[in-house]
Amino acid sequence: MEEIRNYTMNFGPQHPAAHGVLRLVLEMDGETIVRADPHIGLLHRGTEKLAESKPFNQSIGYMDRLDYVSMMCNEHAYVLAIENLMGIQAPIRAQYIRTMFDEITRILNHLMWVGSNALDLGAMAVFLYAFREREELMDVYEAVSGARMHATYYRPGGVYRDLPDQMSKYRESPWHKGADLKRRNSWREGSMLDYLTEFTNDFPARVDEYESLLTNNRIWKQRTVGIGVIPPEKAQAWGMTGAMLRGSGIAWDLRKKQPYAAYANMEFDIPVGVNGDCYDRYLVRVEEMRQSNNIIKQCIAWLKANPGPVMVQNYKVAPPSREEMKTDMEALIHHFKLFTEGYGVPAGETYTAVEAPKGEFGCYLVSDGANKPFRVHLRAPGFAHLSSMDAIVRGHMLADVVAMIGTYDLVFGEVDR
Amino acid sequence: MSVINETSLVERLAARFGDILTVKVDRNEVTAEVAPRDLISVATALRDEAGFRFTIPVDVCGVDYLSYGQTEWDTDTAQGESFSRGVEGEAMGRFTWADRPRKVEQPRRYAAVIHLLSIELNQRIRLRVFCEDDAFPIVPSVTPVWPGTDWFERETFDLYGIIFEGHPDLRRILTDYGFVGHPFRKDFPLIGNVEVRYDPEQKRVIYEPVSIEPRVLVPRTIRNDADLDTARAESADHWREN
Repeated sequence: MEEIRNYTMNFGPQHPAAHGVLRLVLEMDGETIVRADPHIGLLHRGTEKLAESKPFNQSIGYMDRLDYVSMMCNEHAYVLAIENLMGIQAPIRAQYIRTMFDEITRILNHLMWVGSNALDLGAMAVFLYAFREREELMDVYEAVSGARMHATYYRPGGVYRDLPDQMSKYRESPWHKGADLKRRNSWREGSMLDYLTEFTNDFPARVDEYESLLTNNRIWKQRTVGIGVIPPEKAQAWGMTGAMLRGSGIAWDLRKKQPYAAYANMEFDIPVGVNGDCYDRYLVRVEEMRQSNNIIKQCIAWLKANPGPVMVQNYKVAPPSREEMKTDMEALIHHFKLFTEGYGVPAGETYTAVEAPKGEFGCYLVSDGANKPFRVHLRAPGFAHLSSMDAIVRGHMLADVVAMIGTYDLVFGEVDR
Repeated sequence: MSVINETSLVERLAARFGDILTVKVDRNEVTAEVAPRDLISVATALRDEAGFRFTIPVDVCGVDYLSYGQTEWDTDTAQGESFSRGVEGEAMGRFTWADRPRKVEQPRRYAAVIHLLSIELNQRIRLRVFCEDDAFPIVPSVTPVWPGTDWFERETFDLYGIIFEGHPDLRRILTDYGFVGHPFRKDFPLIGNVEVRYDPEQKRVIYEPVSIEPRVLVPRTIRNDADLDTARAESADHWREN
């Protein structure tokens, strides 16, 4: 009788379901996984080392590029760590703006996730629907920062500038004119907050649309129910956080348990799963979008009623206004020193974490008192999640690996750093 | 960040471990230093015992304390006629491989830092393990206690060269296949040692020594002035106004 040997298969790094640059070496017994060995690091840019060579503020932009579908949440962890070491606190309005943008980011991330995960498992349409709403939210990013993705909007001591009074409008063109143009601009007549109000009123119906495509879809359930079951003890031992942990039935959310920004004043629920399979994690994330939508509504109401500064009024940390620099020598010096040298951060260390859409995104910052960090370590949730791949997919079928990569919600910008 | 009862956690740590741990609280965060030989027993106790219950291994990373507190620009005293121009000094970022800094003021150079989280008691702790030998940094692996530290330890090994004794599969993880050196060590230049290009004559990708000069755009400085006290006071006032 012929000897039967296991077959080794290379998956990625250029496979559409690998979500970027994951290379998986799979040892197969027929169509069953015997061992999975993820190879990562193809997108390693040495962000942490680069940050050591720059003044604190110049690395904020790098944070956007880590998990490049939840940009502002990464900034938030880094900025909070600096504020924590310096012992300063952003003005209350900035805290609310950060809360609002964290939730906008969460929706952006989950839309990307639900779309691409559905695409991996064979449902094309969800992706198209999800990107429709992503566009609307990226316009909000653009309105406050000028950039649709890599905003660099959060700064130590607050946010870069206050919310704009108007949204940019579509201009008339041969393709968009008349009634069509009017419809496109109908949300954009007022301020950015008015635009967001329209969005939040509209969004629950959109989530219903995604749900009608997936939640009771027979194929979707066949691909996800009972797949990749993670018991709660296992989830903890593997360092899982976020939806991966909540999908296994543990109601752990930093926004509730160790609140930062304005989350202590927000009303929202933590959805949890029961079985800890891919389907439960899907349900958790969909419900999180609805909860985020509610949080955004609460922030809008507060922000409309409470104008105020969005940045600490201290020129050692925040730049003076352009007008002041024209007449005031001291302001000019402050500006020069801030941009040529930066600010020193007192010696010490901190680990500061936020509830990013994918899980706990933490920043371990060591300062020796200089104007540059001595050590920055970024704790990416996706890195911890992916490390459990081998332990979870053993015994599953090849097609379930794709479902599992999807449910981890991987982005290689943060896994490889 | 951790809001719940740091003091009582410190008391519990002191009662349970005594001299084994050196515990420090700074900015509401608990840091415990532990010797490599005690790490596994401490880790197991921290995971299992009531009052600790650190079931989630949040993070493991390395720190290289070489050049801690060194600057590229001395701003304390004027030398000769004027202040230094920020073009000389220990120059952490400016050196090449040949003249990299070797001065070590810290007694020990490498540390592995482990962050733990207890969701049951809502508390965090940071464990710091200094490697006893700078030339051959080695600490015990905590993968038998928390399997989730597997990749974090691989990363620390890859970037800092800290060896985790007892790790089941200590391979490089983030750097390229066949990479030489440990890039996050402070004596590894930011520009790297080799550069890669395609050679049309040999028709393959080749590695060469780097051709660029190391540059410092903003010198590293430490100023012992009152700026930050002012910043703190003003932001505190500000917070009250709102």
